[in-house]
Amino acid sequence: MALREGALRAKLLLCSRTLSKFASFSFARSLSELVSSQSVTSKPPEIADDHLIYTQEHSALKEALRKLIDQEINPYVDQWEAEGTFPAHKIFKILGNAGFLGVNKPVEYGGLGLDFSYSVAVAEELGNIRCGGIPMAIGVQSDMATPALARFGSDELKKEFLLTSIMGDKVACLGVSEVGAGSDVSSIKTKAVKKGDEYVINGGKMWTTSGTQADWMCLLANTSDGPPHKNKSLICLPMNLPGVHIARKISKMGMWSSDTAEVFFDDVRVPCKNIIGQEGMGFTYQMLQFQEERLWAVANIVTTMDNIIQETINYTRQRRIFQLPVLHHQAVHFRLAELQTEVELLRSLLYRATAMYIKGNDVTKLASMAKLKAGRLARELSDSCLQYWGGMGYTSDVPVSRFYRDCRLLSIGAGADEVMLGIICKYMDTLPKK
Amino acid sequence: MSGRVLVGVKRVIDYAVKIRVKPDNSGVVTDGVKHSMNPFCEIAVEEAVKLKEKKLIKEVVAVSCGPQQSQETIRTALAMGADRGIHVEVSGKDYETLGPLQVSKILAALAKKEDAQLIILGKQAIDDDCNQTGQMTAALLDWPQGTFASEVSMDGAQVKVVREIDGGLETIKINTPAVLTADLRLNTPRYATLPNIMKAKKKKIANVKPADLGVDLTSRLEVLRVDEPPQRQAGMKVETVEDLVEKLRDTGMV
Repeated sequence: MALREGALRAKLLLCSRTLSKFASFSFARSLSELVSSQSVTSKPPEIADDHLIYTQEHSALKEALRKLIDQEINPYVDQWEAEGTFPAHKIFKILGNAGFLGVNKPVEYGGLGLDFSYSVAVAEELGNIRCGGIPMAIGVQSDMATPALARFGSDELKKEFLLTSIMGDKVACLGVSEVGAGSDVSSIKTKAVKKGDEYVINGGKMWTTSGTQADWMCLLANTSDGPPHKNKSLICLPMNLPGVHIARKISKMGMWSSDTAEVFFDDVRVPCKNIIGQEGMGFTYQMLQFQEERLWAVANIVTTMDNIIQETINYTRQRRIFQLPVLHHQAVHFRLAELQTEVELLRSLLYRATAMYIKGNDVTKLASMAKLKAGRLARELSDSCLQYWGGMGYTSDVPVSRFYRDCRLLSIGAGADEVMLGIICKYMDTLPKK
Repeated sequence: MSGRVLVGVKRVIDYAVKIRVKPDNSGVVTDGVKHSMNPFCEIAVEEAVKLKEKKLIKEVVAVSCGPQQSQETIRTALAMGADRGIHVEVSGKDYETLGPLQVSKILAALAKKEDAQLIILGKQAIDDDCNQTGQMTAALLDWPQGTFASEVSMDGAQVKVVREIDGGLETIKINTPAVLTADLRLNTPRYATLPNIMKAKKKKIANVKPADLGVDLTSRLEVLRVDEPPQRQAGMKVETVEDLVEKLRDTGMV
């Protein structure tokens, strides 16, 4: 294994130097893709001393993570996309060992206790993964299933679920959305009825990222009959309990390497001590972490959009039509300039919101605006770029078509566009009053 | 024995970057291009840190010669487990002409100053592919050398080195102090983990000037011109094997 890796690295070292611009690669396709993909996404260092939120440490963090991605993740993405799943336990252990799963989590539980700007740096760097599914799964592990637990969970609970998730030993998933409730979280139907010192859970969850491989679920369920915003609780649910059924792995348009499950609960019994924080506060806890979730998603997609623009430039530079490279047609390079401008605008909003957030401000409005823009820009960008790839853009062999499929989710998941608009209107005080 | 190991780390253009030659053919474009630690230097750092973890040596000192940005490379070495760093400041014209001879003089001077037991370097840098610094450093210090190391083990005051040579593997035993250069299969460098990256912030990097070490940086070499490799030519199709052999003979290939 080491020898093969060594040989692979030797090839990379020796061959990447001697390739002239239009040489056809005679090596294994995965190797040539690895070389070409890396040279495409290598960018000039953008972290100078006067960066808005990043320091030398952020820069070092990104470099280390990038190396890990290049060696442990990207070479296998095509394979995992084809297989419809990725080895979450293996990858999360590697990331956990390197410290990337608990960047802003408490030190006592294996985290690094750093501020959210470091999480944003991680999210940005994960955008260099050659698909959307794996960063999404990592995001769930590090910043969606665990924030409430980190903040409000008991010490015992944190030791069992938080520590192990940060170390990468246990795979986490988030159980909030249901078949009948997505945007309208308050209308979920899953019930957790107290019987003695246990909760008996009945119901089901939908769109569960990593659901087929997860060891535990951060479950939002109705624990009483009160008003819908005050009757829900978050529960740490081990996925191997009797009554937990992984009904199916959902076949999706994109994000293929991330296994998404529909899960049913049939009289599942879990100790009452597995509740996170206070009973009835689950909805509130869940809402609290949305700002971070949304900024995380934005940070992730911004890097990917940069990469897609760059790959489109590379492709259109060498593809010729009517005696000219496609890129030389003004409509093309002007459009790419427009798109790049929008990406930079979104990036600025991301950094502004992050800077304010780490100072303790409420950035719900800005985070919602950023999420809204990110979803829409990603669709626009992937559509325009795919057009310039022509017939090749329509094939499964190129990164742009995968991006087109993967990024469509951004306007839907983690807060649909319409929900974002509603939040912004609330802050603008333009919603009709009852 | 001091138990101190000096590891040389060089800041080079990242291996995945497509190199472009400057329009005036005086060199390659380095401005705004991604740089990182030379891969063979990473292997050298990893080996030194491994020796420290096995308690065979006491301290790992990372050294880099270059401009201000070389400090980033030293920080990466610190994040991998080196204890402290030495940045030998070389910039401007001096940096453009800095080569193995000058670097080996610097390393030799530092080795004496730091009372080093071992110097571990990468076998070569991926930008100039010189493969000279290790050998020159050993010669200047009159120390034994174990180059192209694919396996290193300490045996008291001696080092056993398995070397990768054309014919296969050669095992030698050399006395310390010695110079080792790391080859590809010596080890797989660890990822700088986030906790170590944060810890590296507190580790010290000393600033030194070549003049302080009594080293003259004048180069004996002058780069006349840098060109891209020739564009790949179109191939030729032949009808028969005889034609093929004839063509091969004509072009002097056979």
